[in-house]
Amino acid sequence: MSVPLGTLPRWVNFGLLPLINVAVAFALSGLVVLFIGENPIEAVKYLVAGALGDGEGIAFTLYYATNFIFTGLAVAVAFHGGLFNIGGEGQVYLGGLGVAFAALTLDRYMPWYVTAVFATAAAFAFGAAWAFIPAWLQAKRGSHIVITTIMFNFIAAALMVYLLVNVIKQPGNMSPQTRLFEEGGQLPKLGWLMQVFGLDIGAAPFNVSFLIALVAALAVWLLIWRTRFGYEIRTMGTNATAAVYAGIPYVKTVVITMLISGGLSGMMALNPVMGDAGKLQIDFPAGAGFVGIAVALMGRSHPVGIIIASILFGVLYQGGAALAFDMPNISREVIILIQGLVILFAGALEHMFRPALIVLFAPKPKSVAASSAGAA
Amino acid sequence: MDFADLIQILAATVRLSVPLIFTALAGLYAERSGIFDIGLEGKMLFSAFSAASVATVTGSPWLGLFAGILTGVLLSLLHGFASITQRGNQIISGVAINFIASGLTILLGNAWFGQGGRTPQLPNTARFTEITLPFAADIAPIPFLGPLYSGLVSGQNILVYLAFLAVPFTWWALYRTRFGLRVRAVGENPGAVDTAGISVAWLRYRALICCGILAGFAGTYLSIAQSAGFIREMSAGKGYIALAALVFAKWKPLNVLLTCLLFGFLDAASIRLQGIILPGIGEVPVQLIQALPYILTVILLAGFIGKAIPPKAGGVPYVKER
Repeated sequence: MSVPLGTLPRWVNFGLLPLINVAVAFALSGLVVLFIGENPIEAVKYLVAGALGDGEGIAFTLYYATNFIFTGLAVAVAFHGGLFNIGGEGQVYLGGLGVAFAALTLDRYMPWYVTAVFATAAAFAFGAAWAFIPAWLQAKRGSHIVITTIMFNFIAAALMVYLLVNVIKQPGNMSPQTRLFEEGGQLPKLGWLMQVFGLDIGAAPFNVSFLIALVAALAVWLLIWRTRFGYEIRTMGTNATAAVYAGIPYVKTVVITMLISGGLSGMMALNPVMGDAGKLQIDFPAGAGFVGIAVALMGRSHPVGIIIASILFGVLYQGGAALAFDMPNISREVIILIQGLVILFAGALEHMFRPALIVLFAPKPKSVAASSAGAA
Repeated sequence: MDFADLIQILAATVRLSVPLIFTALAGLYAERSGIFDIGLEGKMLFSAFSAASVATVTGSPWLGLFAGILTGVLLSLLHGFASITQRGNQIISGVAINFIASGLTILLGNAWFGQGGRTPQLPNTARFTEITLPFAADIAPIPFLGPLYSGLVSGQNILVYLAFLAVPFTWWALYRTRFGLRVRAVGENPGAVDTAGISVAWLRYRALICCGILAGFAGTYLSIAQSAGFIREMSAGKGYIALAALVFAKWKPLNVLLTCLLFGFLDAASIRLQGIILPGIGEVPVQLIQALPYILTVILLAGFIGKAIPPKAGGVPYVKER
């Protein structure tokens, strides 16, 4: 219980400490790889080569990163409001339904950029709608939002399977999916952007939604740190009682924060549904909603941090496939382990190294105020 | 549907509710002591893997059970270290445990057994197999009671009976022992417990160890009693259903049993109701029945059927005053 008192310099608090936490997570993963009898340095080489070795790898990495930026931002917005939105997975799933509606309605009549506007709005609306009930229950009836959003993930999965199998499925097609969207319902690939850097996109589905994700990151930054509502969100997240006392409407703030969070999750569906597959399929979120938790924790809930963390996780996801191919003894799921360790060390154990760093870096108080250390 | 069908559904209900009972009781100890445990799913999964691995190597189900319990306890201690000692966020710690279990079981399983994350098929000697209770065959012809005894009560494996014993045991431990009183107290008001000179941290650690033991039973049941080996992601969300059951049961042991049986029954029924048209209702979508535990829990949480009040100090790390 003897936590030394003192404040850390900003660069330690926001730079070094998160870096140490993530480094420990990776080091432990390396030990696991060593434990199963493989060379972790070799593994990292394959992983990086697969993810960043050529244009196609980089484009795939950025494709995955796009997903994680959206879900990471979603989790981060809720974090700022002191809420834990663990329901990203379900919100993404429902967002996909919105995207499919827009694309199936408009793809034959409109160019892609018109469809994309409606699809983005629909994705946001559907994701937000799925977050609404947990938000309202938390705000009005005090149900724990973590439990309700988990429940809503499962309800979403059941609902979407039902819809895809019984309602949406094309007659004559065995697999439960929508028809392929026409050109007006697909987001164009970003081959030209890759060419600017002299890289070839290859077969990677890297598409316009990456740019939408960057805009969303900017919008979240503006919202959280440059608007009155963002201030209210942060106040509520820091101290809900004080926020209410200061006249911030609790119910409204909780609900709108969660709507934004759910909407951002929903927007992720643009990338796999409209940017890659060109159709709505079962299980397309593939866990990206949960990766958002790791990304938001690692990026300290800041959009810039989230983009960096997303790209890192993109490297893991793309490189993990290459790694499993080159070293069959290491299965692809090593990235899930890394993800778990990042969540553990950057999240639950984020303060573990703080006392040591305070001893090293905190400015020494002039009096002997630190005498309370070692009490308790 | 005749009586034999009913017995079959009930037997399936029992089999499907056992992992839920163990896991929900595991969560009960943790949450009653004030530690939220989202990581039940991961503990169950990892225990299932350990139990199957050890049973594969040693050929003994009992050593498998021991390994499963040990794994559950170790993961619980990790959760405790993060959320009690380091006072980290309990939800995040639980999520982390789920991911670690999900990744590590496949990684290790693939490296050790080379079957893409599965463990090899276990022979019956390395499993917990069905036990036929005495007189089962003799009583079977007696109407009503006979099939009930021989088809439902008899012919389960030992872990099933243990699960049903664990419920009254937990009730007794929680409401009739000093430890239980303190666990309940520390979940409501850790400050008062601390004032009485009892260590909040040690008490919560002990509650988490109980949680780990029960989660170990749940995982062991999955991989070496219900199945004959570990399959990747074999917990398949049961940890979350158990969590829902715990909430639905309002954190009370006997309610846990009833809720888990209800959820188990829904699971059993959803398999059998596939494509069957019910009179007056029409065809019930399987997905609706599968989602029903979650929907019911949300409705309960909303306070529309009774009120679920979680332990007051749940989720809040305890900081000693100084």
